[in-house]
Amino acid sequence: MLDLLANPNTQWVLVGTMLLGITSGVLGSFALLRRQSLLGDAMSHAALPGICIAFIIVGSKEMLPLIIGAGITAYIGTYLIQAFVKHSRIKTDTAIGLVLSVFFGIGIVLLTYINRNATGNQSGLNEFIFGQAAAMVRSDVNLFVIAAIALLTITFLLFKEFKIITFDREFAQGLGLPTVFINGLLMTMIVASVVIGLQAVGVVLMAAMLIAPAITAKYWTDRLDVMVILSGVVGGLSGLLGTLISAPISGMPTGPLIIVSSCSLFFLSLIFAPKKGLLTKAIRLMRLRKSTSQNQVMQGIYEFIEETGRNTLTLDDLISVQPLSGLRLQQTIKRLQKRNWLQRSTETYQFTDKGIKEAHQITLNQRMLQMYSMHEMQFAHLPMEKNNWDFLSLPNSEQQPLFELLSKHELFPSVLQERTEDR
Amino acid sequence: MNPVSTNNITVAYHRKPVIQNVSFEAPEGKLIGIVGPNGAGKSTLIKSILGLVPKASGNISIYGKPYKKQRQIVGYVPQRGSVDWDFPTNALDVVLMGKYGQIGLIRRPNKKDKQEALECLAQVGMEAFANRQISQLSGGQQQRVFLARALAQNAFVYFMDEPFVGVDAATEKAIIQLLTDLKSKGKTVLVVHHDLQTVKDYFDWVMLLNIRKIAFGPTEEVFTQEHLQKTYGGRLAFLDQESNGVNPLA
Repeated sequence: MLDLLANPNTQWVLVGTMLLGITSGVLGSFALLRRQSLLGDAMSHAALPGICIAFIIVGSKEMLPLIIGAGITAYIGTYLIQAFVKHSRIKTDTAIGLVLSVFFGIGIVLLTYINRNATGNQSGLNEFIFGQAAAMVRSDVNLFVIAAIALLTITFLLFKEFKIITFDREFAQGLGLPTVFINGLLMTMIVASVVIGLQAVGVVLMAAMLIAPAITAKYWTDRLDVMVILSGVVGGLSGLLGTLISAPISGMPTGPLIIVSSCSLFFLSLIFAPKKGLLTKAIRLMRLRKSTSQNQVMQGIYEFIEETGRNTLTLDDLISVQPLSGLRLQQTIKRLQKRNWLQRSTETYQFTDKGIKEAHQITLNQRMLQMYSMHEMQFAHLPMEKNNWDFLSLPNSEQQPLFELLSKHELFPSVLQERTEDR
Repeated sequence: MNPVSTNNITVAYHRKPVIQNVSFEAPEGKLIGIVGPNGAGKSTLIKSILGLVPKASGNISIYGKPYKKQRQIVGYVPQRGSVDWDFPTNALDVVLMGKYGQIGLIRRPNKKDKQEALECLAQVGMEAFANRQISQLSGGQQQRVFLARALAQNAFVYFMDEPFVGVDAATEKAIIQLLTDLKSKGKTVLVVHHDLQTVKDYFDWVMLLNIRKIAFGPTEEVFTQEHLQKTYGGRLAFLDQESNGVNPLA
């Protein structure tokens, strides 16, 4: 491994793939948020005929002309998609599908033509389909460095403008910002980041290079600046991993391994990211279910006592006063017993002193919410959303009108009423 | 000079006229409601004034000059559904966007800009939500963030597209308060509105629009049965039912 890293060729490839990962990660964030992920796919496929035409004209595999050719047809493809959507009844997905396959088809035809009329120079052109990172040489990397610096600097300088145009273009236009220019520039930069990645990753997989780091980053943050930086880091890391994994094994393709790396990072985030990850969401849902079923049972029992005046409930009573399924009811009853809110004596259940106070609070809060909803306009000033709909934590003066409404509607929780009025 | 004056604006999509020959002169310091049936061109009217949809013909001036030269003094509150609320940003940041025009290209917002944005949030009762991710806000709160963003523009003329749609009571109250504040500062506000019940309470002036301008003037003079009939036509039967005291809030 270390031997390989000492090899200057590997070093160039490593620098190259990392740079590509960083730029496509950064610009991919904007593509993703603009809902243009698929457009990236069309761009990269549309680049193929450009590469071939540039080769036919120049007659060699010089990187710069090939990239310029790729950029031109990718841009034409993108423009056509937007023009179709704007001026005809064709929808975006159809336009993308159409342009992508037609341009790719033309590219393959041209590629075949070039191979038939081989002069010996053309070997390696096929690699643009699936990418051949290992073929990167120093002059290629120099080009990438310049491109990456330019793209990242512009993104840094115009970050605020890119943000507003991505979030709300009409508003940006209303502010008098040069939206046509900014939009065109951002679009050009996304095309540029796609075409410079083609050699390493290939036209087929390039879209993933754009999307995977961005969507991974979005799982970890709620801020655009952090997302863009993280996305660049994920892209760069994928480039690094893909290259390192493929280097020691001869014949392992670097491009696909870069994609596999970034997709692995995505799946890890999908599951384990704090706040947005599936695992956190599942845990949160479980907790919510627990507390809701607890409240339902507590209020159910309280209202049973309120109605019938009986302090003890049989299991059948318990089943009838709340909507939970048998298993969940059993679990909830066990939890309530553990908290020492509910006690069991052979065949019946009853509240403990602590339990009835708790149930009173739960019921009171629930009914205050009911009053609040009925007379929402009157209570519009209350910060209910901020305090999680906890009416009991409001100052007494704010609670008073709600109490009066409860009395008026004869909904004041009555089992423990005297005690509350004492307070 | 009038804050907004238009001369024969016509907008057409695919040859179908959406609004036709609408001319009006909005007076300064008034809250002006624009009402009319669905598809009457209410949103299109303000979007065409703001240059967001192309006009087939007509002229617009803001305080006597073309809109393009007056952008800095015009604020806009688009419909809430026009953006992706899952965008990774917080409430304060959205409000700051209202200042991007004043800040200028490339330059970043400074402390003072942030302070002012925070004050705008406070004006709509949302200062506690400054750092809240925008997808975590309720619909009404999102609407208030949009209003705060327009405030941050520090404009003289405001255009609002259906700000009362789908909002909670707290937001409705905040919007009314805000409109009153703006008016007391001499600002002019044009609001696309569709709830006829509240027109008289909210607006000093009203425009009744159904592709063409039906009437425009002080609410008590123009908001009449006759004009409503002309604007809504057969659909008025439904209106009568509503105004017959069935509404429990009335």
